[in-house]
Amino acid sequence: MAHILQTAFLPSTSALRRTPISGSKGKSQSLQVKAKIREIFMPALSSTMTEGKIVSWMKSEGDKLSKGESVVVVESDKADMDVESFHEGFLAAIMVEEGGVAPVGSAIALLAETEDEIAEAKAKSQSSSGISSAQVVEEKPKQKEESEPAVPAVAPTVSSIKTVAVGSAVHPASEGGKRIVASPYAKKLAKELKVDLGTVVGTGPMGRIVAKDVEAAAAAGVVAAALPASPAIAAPVTSGIELGTVVPFTTMQGAVSRNMVESLSVPTFRVGYTITTNALDALYKKIKSKGVTMTALLAKATALALAQHPVVNSCCRDGNSFTYNSSINIAVAVAIDGGLITPVLQDADKVDIYTLSRKWKELVDKARAKQLQPHEYNTGTFTLSNLGMFGVDRFDAILPPGTGAIMAVGASQPAVVASKDGRIGMKNQMQVNVTADHRVIYGADLASFLQTLAKIIEDPKDLTL
Amino acid sequence: MHSICSQATTLPRSNFAFDSRSPAVPISKPVNLRFCGLRKEAFGFSGLTHSCSSRVRCSSRGHSKKISASAENNGTPPKSFDYDLIIIGAGVGGHGAALHAVEKGLRTAIIEGDVVGGTCVNRGCVPSKALLAVSGKMRELQSEHHMKALGLQVSAAGYDRQGVADHANNLASKIRSNLTNSMKALGVDILTGVGTIVGPQKVKYGKVGFPDNIVTAKDIIIATGSVPFVPKGIEVDGKTVITSDHALKLESVPDWIAIVGSGYIGLEFSDVYTALGSEVTFIEALDQLMPGFDPEIGKLAQRVLINPRKIDYHTGVFATKITPAKDGKPVTIELIDAKTKEPKDTLEVDAALIATGRAPFTNGLGLENINVVTQRGFVPVDERMRVIDANGNLVPHVYCIGDANGKMMLAHAASAQGISVVEQVTGRDHVLNHLSIPAACFTHPEISMVGLTEPQAREKAEKEGFEVSVAKTSFKANTKALAENEGEGLAKLIYRPDNGEILGVHIFGLHAADLIHEASNAIALGTRIQEIKFAVHAHPTLSEVLDELFKSAKVKSAASSHGLVSEPVAV
Repeated sequence: MAHILQTAFLPSTSALRRTPISGSKGKSQSLQVKAKIREIFMPALSSTMTEGKIVSWMKSEGDKLSKGESVVVVESDKADMDVESFHEGFLAAIMVEEGGVAPVGSAIALLAETEDEIAEAKAKSQSSSGISSAQVVEEKPKQKEESEPAVPAVAPTVSSIKTVAVGSAVHPASEGGKRIVASPYAKKLAKELKVDLGTVVGTGPMGRIVAKDVEAAAAAGVVAAALPASPAIAAPVTSGIELGTVVPFTTMQGAVSRNMVESLSVPTFRVGYTITTNALDALYKKIKSKGVTMTALLAKATALALAQHPVVNSCCRDGNSFTYNSSINIAVAVAIDGGLITPVLQDADKVDIYTLSRKWKELVDKARAKQLQPHEYNTGTFTLSNLGMFGVDRFDAILPPGTGAIMAVGASQPAVVASKDGRIGMKNQMQVNVTADHRVIYGADLASFLQTLAKIIEDPKDLTL
Repeated sequence: MHSICSQATTLPRSNFAFDSRSPAVPISKPVNLRFCGLRKEAFGFSGLTHSCSSRVRCSSRGHSKKISASAENNGTPPKSFDYDLIIIGAGVGGHGAALHAVEKGLRTAIIEGDVVGGTCVNRGCVPSKALLAVSGKMRELQSEHHMKALGLQVSAAGYDRQGVADHANNLASKIRSNLTNSMKALGVDILTGVGTIVGPQKVKYGKVGFPDNIVTAKDIIIATGSVPFVPKGIEVDGKTVITSDHALKLESVPDWIAIVGSGYIGLEFSDVYTALGSEVTFIEALDQLMPGFDPEIGKLAQRVLINPRKIDYHTGVFATKITPAKDGKPVTIELIDAKTKEPKDTLEVDAALIATGRAPFTNGLGLENINVVTQRGFVPVDERMRVIDANGNLVPHVYCIGDANGKMMLAHAASAQGISVVEQVTGRDHVLNHLSIPAACFTHPEISMVGLTEPQAREKAEKEGFEVSVAKTSFKANTKALAENEGEGLAKLIYRPDNGEILGVHIFGLHAADLIHEASNAIALGTRIQEIKFAVHAHPTLSEVLDELFKSAKVKSAASSHGLVSEPVAV
């Protein structure tokens, strides 16, 4: 089968050959010195590959191998590929059988230089397979620590929400919660976003879990964790966490931590406002089908208000001056995989709402894939943080360093209100709360900005222009 | 299987080509028959594990020759027949046979019990192509990444279900009227009603509640086709538990649909449903999805057509009981392990599509009147489509083509078989080479194949003692595919390196269904690789994928290449 795969179909054979060499240098050299027995490693066939499955061994133990000859077919997350031998010799021992899975970089077979060394290699494989399997065991938890802090870091704060939810999650489809009913895409997403379906409340038909439930669960987890002022809740801990362990920050969490501490050097103050959203809700309903999101609408409204109040879009860089930003770039806080990131909608006052919505979707997808470019998350001049979707009615945000103001948006909820003409009516109301740097933005600035914003939201015809 | 037939219906006159080449197809019959058996199993009942081997009966060559001779000059007193040829069933097979019969000067009648066009045109390949055309366009419009790479900007794509359904329905009516008109224009009598064989060379037909008419004909072709096969335990209500017949009407697009069977039909519908926003769960009895395809192609197809889409699957399980949704309860599907028969899981979904293959439609044909016993519904035939009776003897003047004989359940195979029969009754012996009949699955991208799969070829090679080689090319290297930004795909050639014979070709990629014919024609005409590799392909076209494929094959004997124009080689 070897010659088959050496076609244009597999342009990467050379890359493939390279990887294991670099990956194995240290080890194989030391081995080489003692005896001419080399290890064949599980190569990394793609950038995302962490482990590979042995599809088939094309050679059996004792077979002679020439350099460049295909030895084994490996299945990665993307394709099946042949792995070639980099040395001449004899396939002395197969350490991972067909159908077995091995992490990238681990030894899957031994190669002896001469026939005499086969027996020696075999003996070695017995002892080293013991070692390597032990290594595998050791490595596994390590990997876990690396890849999963997202979940544990999040869980303590979220779990209170979750446990409440689980109580009411008994839906007809699950036989009293014994069985999880989730749609195919929901299952896929859960795997991708590392969400435990057992903790997700289904809102689909017959109470099944659908994609948006998983997304909400994932977002809920991370947002809650990233919530700056949330007090430590002594909450029951979900299964994803090992009690009594200390889990170091990921890079992103480290950055969040630094920024939060740095924010203490800025004198901030807060101004709140209640805005009626009936008109905005109606507009959203009307244009939702065109792909417009609430986030985009809020960003657009904020940007239009900022255009009239440039000082709220300014910041204080050196403690001595106003920096009036030339463009209005709305950063929106997004909970992501164990952290928090603020993708930026640039020129939000100028871009039309549909383009803005598409742009937003693109940014979120990129953020999930961890592909945001620096200019796509650190050029914000004003930040929005919205926890309304979780029913939070008001909260308080910390000002990100380098910007002048951040607005915390709560849920829009029906409320009984007295109108000016003395009647009582129902209106949807939303509370917003702006945190600003008082060195450049004063109370009156924020007040008039909020008044403008309220006007725009209460009469949102300008948003779709 | 019903889902593949577009060429046959739109090119009714294409049989000229067939005519001119047919003398050149001498093939070895035993081989042919055996692989028909394999094919049929793979195509017809992808979701099942029944053994089909008993279905193909072949009589020895010498014996059958004799019978055929005696049948032609048999001692029946020369009496006048109403027709030279009566065809029972006006599907694509019957239609193909009728047109060719008229061309050969036969007085021909066709009996249609339902609607002209049969499964293919009304409930199969034709309307499904309309739905798949929609799904292909939706996929393109929805793929932001793809659009962006081309520099296009499109706002959110949406669809109107009724509009899509109407498109499928309109296409079927149009093709149906084309078919009817083409037969009327040529003077084929279309008789309406259910046809039953009442005795040798005698058929009665009539609608329910009307007196029967009896007509006589020198020869009779049975072409009654097939219906969707529904395994027992499954209750089809036509709304939430459906077959392809219902699904093609697209009366709803469920949020979550389970598709039982991952062969052609299931795969094509998964393509349609996921493009329209449904999530899909496959239920497959065998251990792997897409049985019947070349394993390597199947694996690649799974990576492209299943894994990235909103599809999950259960393999190695039988759906023993499927209950339609009612009283606010969802559709429930009980799964058992295909091997241990132990209950495995219960699924609750919005709808279930039964795509477990097709069963022959041969009830009420009056086969008992000519002493023929069906085998699991299929009419037993020899390699010349002559019907075999309960004692293993040929029944004179009766032939069976298409899904009803189960040799190869494809619309264009039925048509080719019909033409072959007409050739025989007009005095020229003809045996159809089923290994040269291509098949296609119209997913996005498409899958197509002709001849043997790699495991089949290796098995044959071991038995007959020859070597097998495989060559492959990727669509990634094809200019036209890259221009379309559709570089995903693979073409695979299985051949004999000793003499350059093409054993099979499998393609997965853009327009694979249209590309396969170069290979199927080569097999039909006996063209060898060393000859076809000199044929010129326009640049840049997708056909260069095959050009490269042929060129990358390594044929050992230089001696056997003898110029561009070659005699077809007997196999």
